[in-house]
Amino acid sequence: MSKKVVIPIGPQHPALKEPASFDVTLKGERVADILVKVGYNHRGIEKACEERTFLQSVYLVERVCGICSHSHSTCFIQAIEELANLKIPPRAAYIRSLIGELERIHSHLLWLGVAAHEIGFDTLLMYSWRDREIVMDLLALLTGNRVNYAVNVIGGVRKDVSEEEKDQILKAVDILEERTKYYVQVATEEVTLIERLSKVGYISHEDALKYGAVGPTGRASGIKRDIRKDDPYAAYGEVDFEVITDDHCDVYGRAVVRVKELMQSYSIIRQLLKKLPQGPLSVVAPRLIPAGEAVSRYEAPRGEDIHFVKSNGTDKPERVKLRAPTLANVQSVAKMLEDGYLADVPIVIAAIDPCFSCTDRMIVAVNNVSTAKEDRMDWKTLREFSIDWYKKNRGVDFTKLKKLDK
Amino acid sequence: MILLLLKILVFPGILFLVVLSMIGEYFDRKVYAKMQNRMGPPWFQPVADFIKLLAKELIIPKNADRKIFKALPLVACSSVIIAYLYIPLWRKESIMSFNGDIIFVLYMLTIPTLTYSLAGWYSRSQYALIGSMRVLTQLFSYEVPLFMAVLAPTILASSWSFTEVINFYNAGGSLWLVNFIAFAVAIVTLQGKLEKVPFDIPEAETEIVAGSFTEYTGPLFAYFRLAMNMQTIAGASLVAAVFLPFGYGSFFIFNFIIYIIKVTFIIFLLAVIRTIFARLRTDQMLSFCWKYLAPIALVQILINVIIKAAVLK
Repeated sequence: MSKKVVIPIGPQHPALKEPASFDVTLKGERVADILVKVGYNHRGIEKACEERTFLQSVYLVERVCGICSHSHSTCFIQAIEELANLKIPPRAAYIRSLIGELERIHSHLLWLGVAAHEIGFDTLLMYSWRDREIVMDLLALLTGNRVNYAVNVIGGVRKDVSEEEKDQILKAVDILEERTKYYVQVATEEVTLIERLSKVGYISHEDALKYGAVGPTGRASGIKRDIRKDDPYAAYGEVDFEVITDDHCDVYGRAVVRVKELMQSYSIIRQLLKKLPQGPLSVVAPRLIPAGEAVSRYEAPRGEDIHFVKSNGTDKPERVKLRAPTLANVQSVAKMLEDGYLADVPIVIAAIDPCFSCTDRMIVAVNNVSTAKEDRMDWKTLREFSIDWYKKNRGVDFTKLKKLDK
Repeated sequence: MILLLLKILVFPGILFLVVLSMIGEYFDRKVYAKMQNRMGPPWFQPVADFIKLLAKELIIPKNADRKIFKALPLVACSSVIIAYLYIPLWRKESIMSFNGDIIFVLYMLTIPTLTYSLAGWYSRSQYALIGSMRVLTQLFSYEVPLFMAVLAPTILASSWSFTEVINFYNAGGSLWLVNFIAFAVAIVTLQGKLEKVPFDIPEAETEIVAGSFTEYTGPLFAYFRLAMNMQTIAGASLVAAVFLPFGYGSFFIFNFIIYIIKVTFIIFLLAVIRTIFARLRTDQMLSFCWKYLAPIALVQILINVIIKAAVLK
């Protein structure tokens, strides 16, 4: 087949869990060109923060993402604490890291399932999501919520971890470690899985650097970057862990990095619980945050999360800017898909663990260049067009409603 | 005459096939779910799905060819039913038969695949179009190994008639065990014919939504699903008749139970394959079928030719 076909993957498509659009131009089964469009789920969160107090904004920012909610909330709160010059108690720092690691585990297990589903391996999806329930239950036990834990307050955390809860966490982590070892075995021995994942979505070390890939996507191309190590926050400076990298540079490498990171997370949680210091949970935070600007970085499960907060000395932020890790990674997807197969498009997109709704910060014109025609209408033309359309396509006559025109 | 009509319409013809296909679907889904650590559907789920789809609104895309779009599901169903009438189930004779009916059944079972492809083509949707291409590509990759595998046992029996093949292997003791390799190839290619994981490339939902069936809804889709389920039973019966030619005694009840066990066993094998693999890519499927399955089927043919020349004569 020499004729080119354009397959729209998105904004609504079974492969995508969130709205984004990938117009794939196909030559046979091969991808000739790809056009990435994001911006379908703009919610105006940054602007909304400016109209709320700092404390209210924390809970709003937590809702940027349903998966890495703790990441966004911690990242935002770190910026505020820097502005207010607050030093959180060590116990609070440990609890923040603990919740952060549990969140990473649940996010990576979720990704494993989604990736398996994209390549038609539903059994792995069912298994990994079943095991994810263990960590979800833990989060519910520790914070009261399965998602949007709301464990952070400015100056510390809201809730303590009791001795019984510690035991339960340790028990659950043991089970999860056992299960993860099984997934490592599946990933290294299952033939069709390896066939489908290796040499797919290749991005070299240089290209990954050039496109600014972050998180597991970058680490799978040998970029040894992890904010937890490079710029330790919360309690990460006091625990011992490895930054996992891989030199496969493909989807298989990304899967390996994530599964190995799970093992690191279990070790981090054990260390945190062992060292958990006694003390208060929070310090008193001022209502008015001193004027200034702060940038905060956080290693979310998907990569580096950056928050910028500017305060003018009142109780409301003057400007908030969020950069979710997906924005850094989505640029590299087009490169990864070059000359690939249509069958690999979903898994390559899924391999960056995209979170488009978190990324969407502005509305872009979705009409692409190829169909560029004047389609901006004023109110009157739009109304006439819609009346016409309904008359022609639905047989409904709205012309009598003319009096509403004013 | 009336008896023959009853046989065709009710038992063991159309009605029996429809009921058995529903049971087969239930069993397949239940086994699949159990192996995935899920509950699985209740026993009436396939029937409920079918009735629900029948009750839905019939929507035909504007650009689609209305007549062909409507006719294709029925063509698919009827060709499977015709194929089923020629396969011997628990007796050595099928309802209808002639010399060469194995070939006939194989061809009748190819027609549904062609209708899936045409369905995608006439839907005039990009997803369906790609799905339609993939159906054909897949057909070219599994069809030849399937034919070679199914026809390998007939070399020993020197006949392309079901009845004669069954008679031959019944007289030959445990000679049917020789065809084990071809049996394995037939099961794998049957999986491709039924478009299930790892060969569900034509309807890979994460890539092309539902492939050829993207634009099909309601009753028409119900009939396609029914055709697919009946194809599972017909395919399993075909494999059972050719590769497991035993259990044709004088007791009807025993024979019937043995037939059900055979079909269940084959559906179970298909469900296991569906559980433990990820979906292949088109190119991987092509090279797998031609590089491995076809030569393996050839080896079976070679073995059978040697046995026939050396042992039987």
